[in-house]
Amino acid sequence: MKTIDHTTDEVLRLAAEHFKVQREQLSPDDDFFKKLGINSLQALDLLTRIEQHFQIELPDYELQGVTDFRTLAQRIQSRL
Amino acid sequence: MLDLRQYNSLGEALRAALDRWPNEICLIEADRDRENARFTYRQFKDQALPLASALQNAGLQDGTCAAIIMTNQSKWLISAYAIFFCGGVLVPLDYKLTAAEQLQLLAHSHAEFLVIEYHLWRAITQSEQFKHLAVRTVLVTEAPLNADLHAAHRWQDFRAATEPTFIPRKRNDPACIVYSSGTGGRPKGCVLTHDNYLEQCVALTSLYPFWPGVRYLSILPTNHAIDFMVGFIGPFTCGATVVHLRTLRPEFIREAFTKYKITYMALVPMILKNLERGLRQRFADLPPRKRKILNALISTNRALTRRRPHLKISRALLPQVHQAFGGELRALFVGGAFTEPETLQFFYDLGIPVGNGYGCTEAGTVITVNDLKPFRGDTVGKPLPGMEVKITNPGAEGIGEVTVRSRTLMSHYLDDPEMTTETIVNGWLHTGDLGRLDPSGHLQLFGRKKNMIVTEEGKNIYPEDVETYFSGLPVKEFCVFAANYLWPAHTMVGEQLIIVLHPETGQEITDALVKEAAERNRRLLNYKRISGYLAWDRDFPLTASLKIKRAELAEQIRQNRERSAVVPL
Repeated sequence: MKTIDHTTDEVLRLAAEHFKVQREQLSPDDDFFKKLGINSLQALDLLTRIEQHFQIELPDYELQGVTDFRTLAQRIQSRL
Repeated sequence: MLDLRQYNSLGEALRAALDRWPNEICLIEADRDRENARFTYRQFKDQALPLASALQNAGLQDGTCAAIIMTNQSKWLISAYAIFFCGGVLVPLDYKLTAAEQLQLLAHSHAEFLVIEYHLWRAITQSEQFKHLAVRTVLVTEAPLNADLHAAHRWQDFRAATEPTFIPRKRNDPACIVYSSGTGGRPKGCVLTHDNYLEQCVALTSLYPFWPGVRYLSILPTNHAIDFMVGFIGPFTCGATVVHLRTLRPEFIREAFTKYKITYMALVPMILKNLERGLRQRFADLPPRKRKILNALISTNRALTRRRPHLKISRALLPQVHQAFGGELRALFVGGAFTEPETLQFFYDLGIPVGNGYGCTEAGTVITVNDLKPFRGDTVGKPLPGMEVKITNPGAEGIGEVTVRSRTLMSHYLDDPEMTTETIVNGWLHTGDLGRLDPSGHLQLFGRKKNMIVTEEGKNIYPEDVETYFSGLPVKEFCVFAANYLWPAHTMVGEQLIIVLHPETGQEITDALVKEAAERNRRLLNYKRISGYLAWDRDFPLTASLKIKRAELAEQIRQNRERSAVVPL
């Protein structure tokens, strides 16, 4: 079972890869909409990438109200 | 389609439709690549009537308000029909609002019944304001077994075996209360009548007809005014099929197009642009020779469809593009916010007409739409049949406020006669948008007169609604504005909100203050956020009741500050 820290780290790595930014530029409390300059559809793209990696399914609504990587990681962790 | 002039209410028209096409498929619900449900019109009726009966037994009668808060799915439509059958007034609420905002609108609408998805209900029950919820009957869908429902009922168990009684309504009775804004300040509950909807449906389907066999892909939630009309009332009263997709992921949208052979789809600019980006990328990835051939075919198609769409020709010229959309797509509808002409032209050149429209809830959804005779990407089309559009106080270039008169105009704002009188003057709705009618009768938009923004997702954001998130900020006073309202930009693209901060005398705008403002900004949903702050050093003009005189403050700011003085937050 992955720890929340490990999950958060994985999410940050996947986001960096997906949006082609340096991993070091991202931190858990970053607002990903602002930091990555993305809209909600692009955030859903990231969710798809995350699902493939963790082999889970996250309904679109799980992203509702989530703006930072840490909270996103918590949502993922609860489904692992 | 049904002759809607024969019916007095949405419930009556839908009831006739369910009897008219019993064996046609009316509704398919898909989640990703799975199909969750499929109903014929008869099966839809069999689902809805026991629910209507239970609602009647629980006291839902003519004029009772019943709210729905759900994502895009079949139970939304089944519940809505059951409410209309009982003569109820439907209150479609946005599931993306926070629980506190939903509770506020439930209270404002005086809703006595609520149909809601479990995850949304859980958020409401965990909200501090839950104790104030006055709704007496709550039905929860998708609730796990053993979940604590806080005295709510399971939607699927809330059924009665007795035959429900259909409750007729008059044309001018309220059908829906639709909130066009207002969670922080004054809620704008547009009261729309059965006549409004039936008239709008007749006008829209005269331009874009539905018939049995047509498949409409619904990805917008049905609380969205466009989807309510073209993804429920329109197709149902024509015997067509609605395909609900419960995700906005592009890969599943693409799959739904081909799997269900979609005929029409409505979307907001953000999704259309996303589709455009994907296609452009695919074209760019083609080998140079194939790309050259594709470009030549696109040019040929553009030339052959200059006057009007020729679907057969376009499908023959660009078969791979059309097959990727299922091969039967006739048009996309886009509305809710401004779409760039280049995006519209891109799709039209591929032989996929986009019915670009403009409207507002107060006008009964759609005011103008492109009739494709010929296609024009630079306008939002011509007024719908029965819709009068007038430009009030036009300037030298013919640009003025878009005002509208039609049978589809809302009856009034719920419990707000003052705002109703300000908005509808002598039967003309003042939209607050700036536009010009060209010689051929097409409407072009040039920004807004009113202090608000519309996002690419089609969300109307009013500064007053956002301000509540900043209350308690340690400054003397603050005020949120649409940047284009302060500094008119004659554009409807990239609209942003800013906050004007007036510190106490001697107080500086410190990093700590900016950090706190940024932190509060983060609590807002991403599309509601403000983009920057403006430092201001004078007292705000106030009314006798100490409310900010926004128009006066805006004028002062306009006279004394450039837009470049806004600091990003």
